[in-house]
Amino acid sequence: MVTQNTTGKGWLKLSIPSWISGCGSVIFTVLITMVGLLFVTFIIGRVMPIDPVLSIVGESASRATYEAAYQELGLDKPLLVQFFIFLRDIAQGNFGESLLTARPVSQDLLRVFPATMELATMGTIVGVLLGVPLGVIAAVKRGSWIDHIARVVALVGYSMPVFWIGLIGLLILYGKLGWVGGPGRLDIFYVDIIPRVTGMILVDSLLAGDMVVFRNAISHIVLPAGLLAYYSLAYISRMTRSFMLEQLDQEYIITARVKGLSESAVIWRHAFGNVKVPLVTVIALSYAALLEGSVLTETIFSWPGIGSYITTALLSADMNAVLGGTVVVGLVFVCLNIFSDLLYKFFDPRAR
Amino acid sequence: MSMDTELPQKRLTLHEWLTTETPASRRQARVSAWYRSWLAFRSNPMAMFGLGILLALIFIALFAPLLAPQSPFTQDLGARLSPPGKGGYILGSDSLGRDILSRLIYGSRITLYIVSMVALMAPIVGLFVGTAAGYLGGWLDITLMRITDIFLAFPKLILALAFVSALGAGIENAVLAIVLTSWPPYARIARAETLTIRNADFIHAIKLQGAGALRIITRHIWPLCISSLVIRVTLDMAGIILTAAGLGFLGLGAQPPSPEWGAMISAGRKFILDHWWVATMPGLAIFIVSLAFNLLGDGLRDVLDPKKSSK
Amino acid sequence: MNILRKLLFSMAAVALFATAHSVCAKTPDNMLVIANRIDDINTLDPAQSFEFAGSDLIRNVYGKLVNFDPADLSKGYQPDLAESWTVSEDGKTITFKMRPGIKFHSGNPVMAKDAVFSLQRAVKLNKTPAFILTQFGFTADNADKAIKLIDDMTFSITTDKKYATSFVLNCLTSTIGAIIDSETVLAHVKDGDFGNDWLKTHSAGSGAYILVNWKPNESYTLKSNPDFYLGAPKMTKVIVRHIAESATQRLLLEKGDIDLARNLNPQDITGIKGNSDLSVYNDLRGRIMYISMNQKDPNLAKPKVVEALKYLIDYKGMQDSFLKGQYTIHQSFLPKTYLGEIDDTPYKFDVAKGKALLKEAGLADGFELKIIVREAQERIEIAQSVQNTFSQAGINVSIEVGTGKQTLAKYRAREHQIYVGAWGPDYPDPNTNAGTFAYNPDNSDEAKATGILAWRNSWFIPEMSKATLAAVQEGDRAKRAAMYQAIQRDHQQRAPFAIMFQKIEQTGQRSNVKGLNTGGAITAVSYWPITK
Repeated sequence: MVTQNTTGKGWLKLSIPSWISGCGSVIFTVLITMVGLLFVTFIIGRVMPIDPVLSIVGESASRATYEAAYQELGLDKPLLVQFFIFLRDIAQGNFGESLLTARPVSQDLLRVFPATMELATMGTIVGVLLGVPLGVIAAVKRGSWIDHIARVVALVGYSMPVFWIGLIGLLILYGKLGWVGGPGRLDIFYVDIIPRVTGMILVDSLLAGDMVVFRNAISHIVLPAGLLAYYSLAYISRMTRSFMLEQLDQEYIITARVKGLSESAVIWRHAFGNVKVPLVTVIALSYAALLEGSVLTETIFSWPGIGSYITTALLSADMNAVLGGTVVVGLVFVCLNIFSDLLYKFFDPRAR
Repeated sequence: MSMDTELPQKRLTLHEWLTTETPASRRQARVSAWYRSWLAFRSNPMAMFGLGILLALIFIALFAPLLAPQSPFTQDLGARLSPPGKGGYILGSDSLGRDILSRLIYGSRITLYIVSMVALMAPIVGLFVGTAAGYLGGWLDITLMRITDIFLAFPKLILALAFVSALGAGIENAVLAIVLTSWPPYARIARAETLTIRNADFIHAIKLQGAGALRIITRHIWPLCISSLVIRVTLDMAGIILTAAGLGFLGLGAQPPSPEWGAMISAGRKFILDHWWVATMPGLAIFIVSLAFNLLGDGLRDVLDPKKSSK
Repeated sequence: MNILRKLLFSMAAVALFATAHSVCAKTPDNMLVIANRIDDINTLDPAQSFEFAGSDLIRNVYGKLVNFDPADLSKGYQPDLAESWTVSEDGKTITFKMRPGIKFHSGNPVMAKDAVFSLQRAVKLNKTPAFILTQFGFTADNADKAIKLIDDMTFSITTDKKYATSFVLNCLTSTIGAIIDSETVLAHVKDGDFGNDWLKTHSAGSGAYILVNWKPNESYTLKSNPDFYLGAPKMTKVIVRHIAESATQRLLLEKGDIDLARNLNPQDITGIKGNSDLSVYNDLRGRIMYISMNQKDPNLAKPKVVEALKYLIDYKGMQDSFLKGQYTIHQSFLPKTYLGEIDDTPYKFDVAKGKALLKEAGLADGFELKIIVREAQERIEIAQSVQNTFSQAGINVSIEVGTGKQTLAKYRAREHQIYVGAWGPDYPDPNTNAGTFAYNPDNSDEAKATGILAWRNSWFIPEMSKATLAAVQEGDRAKRAAMYQAIQRDHQQRAPFAIMFQKIEQTGQRSNVKGLNTGGAITAVSYWPITK
């Protein structure tokens, strides 16, 4: 979790006891948050206007069959007991069976999650590669035309309805121009020819050494990942800019300049060196946001990920699938949040 | 003689009164501070542009029946999917021959309704939770903030989706779902503000006069939290619009035949290949309005929150 | 600054690299790629599957005792895994002789024990489509006796009464009649589930294609069965990808990324008509669109009113406008291509005649009516057209739009006046529609025969019900057809059903695709005759 220290004045200075106690309280926080998250999900599942028994036994079931299933689900027990059963099942990776796919939800999630991860990861990588330099330049050239452009780019990114721009993008770039691949992760006839290892087609095709499939996968992911990247770019560039501005006003920068260091050394080594840590937390948060942003993107691009899994399940009242999906995304979210919190706590002198 | 010294003061223009360095009353000081902010804000063309669009939107929503060329629900199957400009449909007609412009105009009411409901309710919930936690402290603080963290940890859109599916699709439920997912940041802000205020001298003074916690929170702490909440809400409004439109797009927001913009895109999606305008027009509307909110929020932050100012 | 330039450069390189891939992708010559809505598949077990996409898959993976030949569906059922059959004197027992030399995908030979296992299993599992078999009197208790193994290659089934052989055999062509590899499935039974859990996601058939995998809501892949007894299919691989949107399907078809687009809406069909690379395949399906009039309503119970309303529908106007290409005028309850079909269309839009009939009924000044309709584009449009034409005869119509569930609940509770409905046959025998449109021996509320359309409209027809039952038992095919024709002509005159249209399914295909058959009104798609 704790990667190598790049700032030069890092966590080695931390005294051991505070480190341990910090860890303890973090673990406590994680546990509390996760249980809370599961509880909220559980409650949502219970207030759903859908009768979980009916959806299992069917409408024509006899009273006795219904009662048996009712007890089997533990619905006759007190709510708190039910909650603990729910927790126990989840701890065992058991989310029940999906009505829609007639398979265990956990199995479905394993199948769809890598697709989403692939999309969000690509989006974040591109977002970081473009957003960070843009933010740095905007800060260095504060008030210049490039700063204004960066601001407009970011604001437009915040304002675009992704499902709409995705639709238009697909229509123009795929439909009219044929520059990118169509909906889905691959051209359909490439589906299933690469052995599944990680579930991420880009990785799997490289592992199999199949460049044709790899290129095809790239052509399909470019547009949806590009859209997600735009969002992440908007956020990351704004945050980078404000972090950099803060650093550039510091006295040590002025000292460095006075010492005659080259401008690029001042900017990249000194100022940027100090914003790396908060930046990582920002990137973690934006990664989490992209995982969530995939809900709408996947719908547009027929991308078989967790977002489209949850929405399809929602629209067909497949509660186990909805809850399972929500729990998984929630847990990833919590983990990313906590990861960024931890990083911040360990590296940021003020937070310590 | 005394008359003479007073006269020049009375002749102060409103502008001078507002910008004076030596305010004569607390009221003047406060109004004057607002006025200076307004001057700064006015000099930001992008923010003014955003404000202009939003005022126009409010105007359109208020006078929708007068401005719309047709009823948003009247169908004309003979003239379905007319391209923009043809047959009197300025922005074209949809699959049931309804005028898209009229539907957009009426749809602005739904957008404004959702935004204003959320912008009213979420900060109020946050204010309650945040000030109570901050002022009362102790276990209440820990519990409330833990709950806040849990909600903050949830993926917003997915939580909203789950809520809507639990409550049933519809505008009111979409509003509720968005509120339920967006109050935690306000609670955090309100708590932070409360913590800085609660040990202030004037609070101690009021306490000594025998005021209870409820009175202190509602009369003295709330008013001071408002301005930071307002900035945050303005910045969040574009996000609220996009979330609401996303819910509508997925069929979980406003139900047909309601002219909600997200739902309009979703309906127009079927015809996008030959009749691009059906989905494009509402998309543009969403984009323009949320951009306007973003520009306004960005400008407001520059003016009201100098610490985070980007200039 | 340098870093940025390098970054931008490499980004551009990646983008170029990505877009350099061939612009006009073409599907491989030996592979059939299809876009279809397949999110309704929730099981691949033939004894459980009861949805369109599932029966498409199962028809290509499993053989049946008797089956329809895609080259000519009108021949009716033909021998498939059963080579021949004989019917006993009393008409209750059919003895099947299995075709020798056929193998399941597993390599096991197809024998009589597999057929017995498959049919008994379907009856005992008693899932949704089981009624197709249990209507012959099979129950979990008597299945072992009624479906009996005679020797390796012969077995018999015995029904509780005499039924038309064509009725029994037609039912065996439906999905539930698929013959399953008993040895393979028995190896996967757990907790006495007859292998249901395993068969939900696997296959054990002998058909033209072998299931490779099925990813729910995503795709299924089939590979050709080289040992298929009619010859190995030309397309060695079939991939069906779930694409929900018509526009997306069209885009993929135009780009050559798929060979067939199964769910194009009228707009997109019109949109591809000018494209010489593409063609449209039209197939008459079994779905019937009708308007029904509840006989509990005192006005609608008058025969003259029923007749008048049938003249007040603009059949042609609807067919030629918003239903264009997707529905064709049809005014009897058996879909065209069914045994006993009739082509008569006695009713045309005629306001004067409608008015005259209303006058005879004593309603010259018109009356109020409410139409309930579910929220589906085409049905709402039909309701609006009817509203318009009824009003020309002075009938004031209001339309109540509800969700499918709401309107169906009202319909089943007999609380409607006018209902705009669609009916799809459950199995390819005339009884599937006759038994619901022309059968209602007990009209009491207590009967709760909510599955029967005649009951839902409170239409009491003891005589016609008898005729319908008699037709089910008539052994002679030609006589049986004549009986249904007579029932339908009577039905057309009197029934409170204005049957209006039959569905035409339009499939977009690349021009090089030959030999497609989507199954007509009676069965599902066949992939094996397709060539490119």
